[in-house]
Amino acid sequence: MIWVVLAAVLAVAVVIVVALPFLREPAPASDELHALDPAERSLLDAEEARDRALAALQELEADHRAGRISDDDYRAVVGSLRRDAAEALRALDRVSAAGTSDAKAKIH
Amino acid sequence: MAELGRAALLLTLGLSAYALLVGGYAAWRGRRRLAHSARNALIASFFSTLVAALVLVAGFLRDDFSLAYVADHSSKALPTPYKLSAFWGGQEGSLLLWLLVLTGYAALAVWLARKRARDLVVWVTPVLGGIALGFSWLLVAVSSPFDVIAAPADGSGLNPSLQNPYMVVHPVALYLGYVGLAVPFAFAMGALLSGRTDERWIVATRRWTIVAWTALGIGQLLGAHWAYVEVGWGGYYAWDPVENAALMPWLAATAFLHSVMIQEKRGMLRVWNVTLVSLAFCLSLFGTFLTRSGVVTSIHSFSKSTIGPWFLGFIVVAVVFAIGMIWYRLPQLRTTAKLESLVSREAAFLYNNLLLVALSLTILWGTAWPMVSEAVRGETMVVGRPYFDFFLRIFGLPLLLLMGIGPLVAWRRASLRGLARTFAWPAAVALATGVALIALGAGSSTPGLVAYTFSAFVLASIVHEFARGTAARRALTGEPIPTAFGRLIGRNRRRYGGYVVHAAVVLLAIGIAGSSAYDSVSEGRLAKGESLAVGGYTLTYRSLGEREGPNATEVRAVLDVRRGQKDLGTVKAGKNAYSVEQQVSNEVGIRTDYLTGEDLFVIAEQVNDDGTVFFRIFVKPLVNLIWLAGIVFLLGSVIALWPDAREERRLATRYANARERSDTPATT
Repeated sequence: MIWVVLAAVLAVAVVIVVALPFLREPAPASDELHALDPAERSLLDAEEARDRALAALQELEADHRAGRISDDDYRAVVGSLRRDAAEALRALDRVSAAGTSDAKAKIH
Repeated sequence: MAELGRAALLLTLGLSAYALLVGGYAAWRGRRRLAHSARNALIASFFSTLVAALVLVAGFLRDDFSLAYVADHSSKALPTPYKLSAFWGGQEGSLLLWLLVLTGYAALAVWLARKRARDLVVWVTPVLGGIALGFSWLLVAVSSPFDVIAAPADGSGLNPSLQNPYMVVHPVALYLGYVGLAVPFAFAMGALLSGRTDERWIVATRRWTIVAWTALGIGQLLGAHWAYVEVGWGGYYAWDPVENAALMPWLAATAFLHSVMIQEKRGMLRVWNVTLVSLAFCLSLFGTFLTRSGVVTSIHSFSKSTIGPWFLGFIVVAVVFAIGMIWYRLPQLRTTAKLESLVSREAAFLYNNLLLVALSLTILWGTAWPMVSEAVRGETMVVGRPYFDFFLRIFGLPLLLLMGIGPLVAWRRASLRGLARTFAWPAAVALATGVALIALGAGSSTPGLVAYTFSAFVLASIVHEFARGTAARRALTGEPIPTAFGRLIGRNRRRYGGYVVHAAVVLLAIGIAGSSAYDSVSEGRLAKGESLAVGGYTLTYRSLGEREGPNATEVRAVLDVRRGQKDLGTVKAGKNAYSVEQQVSNEVGIRTDYLTGEDLFVIAEQVNDDGTVFFRIFVKPLVNLIWLAGIVFLLGSVIALWPDAREERRLATRYANARERSDTPATT
């Protein structure tokens, strides 16, 4: 009998845990999940591209300094990596600016 | 007590179904409270499964033989540690362990990722709920550990080969690996379902993948050591289907850990990465299917059962779902970045990936061949060790070499002149090693010689990398060598942790090559006082003794060991006769030379009534490097796993906007 009671207690406990979001907020102002909008996703993509470009440049410098990469190989790659990094930063600026104006438009 | 266990599993079934159905609906319709509720259900499913597991543990500890599973796998005389490990000694308990680990991982993963990738987690919850639903259904409806019988006076006992300390930890480690692969799979599917194919699923699952991969690797090594000391045939890996079942997902996960770096660095291989992570998970399901269904003959397999078709159906659903999602999101997964040169680090990683996947699929084909031949021809055909050994050499040796090449090549492109300079030192060491080995007479095995030469190349390149990195840091900062070395690793944990793991693989390769290509064996029936010579050792059979152990009669033959004129003491080998289980096990004698890593391995194959014993004796050079590799592997994984505060700060900044926006309810 004790085991049946324990099973019942367990069942009640999990029902409470599952219902908790509704018990805490019986009538919320909004029940909508916020998904990233296209502008936010573009921003995230641009930030990832920037981090990737800067990390690649940083790693190349470290590899060259440690002697893993020859001067010739370094010179062959560093230019395109710097251009990629600059382009990624410009793209991020563009996306950020567009996001800011979108936000302002929403406020007004 | 069985009622509580059954009720707890029923609750897990309900909670998993809720996480799948309600979580899926909440993610689809964007319902915040429902999504949180589904997440809570997934977390609660761990606790209900834990209750079920504790009930079963209590059943074993209390010798409650009214539970059929306890009666079938334990006995009163069984030592307490083995009563605990008897939990996973059979099918139902193993499935319960699977579910416990799965729900534990799921609860932790969704809880830890709830802030950084909240919009992703709402889709991850139903995927993990779906997997948990499959396993909890098996436990509730098909193969319950809480079936009740009229309690017998004593249980049937535990299979003697499972009465070994390794069996207390090996299955747990293996399951932590198998099941852990469900987390990256769920996040990858969550990313595809939500259409958020950015890097967040990779960031969220990076550590989970390494944890699962490490556990699977360590689990396999523990299993190999168990086979070595317990099964008593003189080896540690037999290409047994169930051993292969653990190796295949590990190889696929290894490929994923490398290819994911290309996505992080270059934004390439998105389709390949979700495919690999799906392959690794589906192979882990296939491995569990092989172990549990009884479709293959293996020392690890349990009796034939009814779960095979269910499990096969589950695998088909997972495969179809993964392929369908990848196909559906293909346009979003395509990238503009291209491979710039065939001589670059990403190209080297790609070659590594192709070899790893080829090896994994070749092993899959060899493992599944008995089932395929049975289905097609009506007769079971088995591919033997030569098939697997051949492909291990064909794919494994180039992989070993690539392990030394890959980390030294620049991203994007590298010139052949630059490479020649980079590889000069490691190549010289490898060449010198090869020449020295031939001079020392190691040329008798070509694959062994090639493996040693490649291993020397990789080890030299790793040492060179550490030395060069430390010197560069020292030149830049003026730090003393130990500080520069420590900070070099601390600032690049994944890179240098990876090098340490590579060193472990080299140790493993040396150990395998040494113990399989250069081992010696001798066998014979000896009477007391007679000797047998093998690999420079002379063993003299001295005496035969018998004593009563806790649950077995232990018979041991004692042999004196000499090498040349030097007395090396004694070694004991024999058999245990288990009275409850009515089984006999081989108990091998091993004498380890810690200086050379060599083992003298003695099997008492047959103990005769007249006191003579048929011995088989092996000398296995360098075999202990395999076990040492496990420790080094763990060290490397811990280094790679250790949190990097700078990386965490960078990611926190990157995801700050998304997090702030998704933390608050939408106001429109």
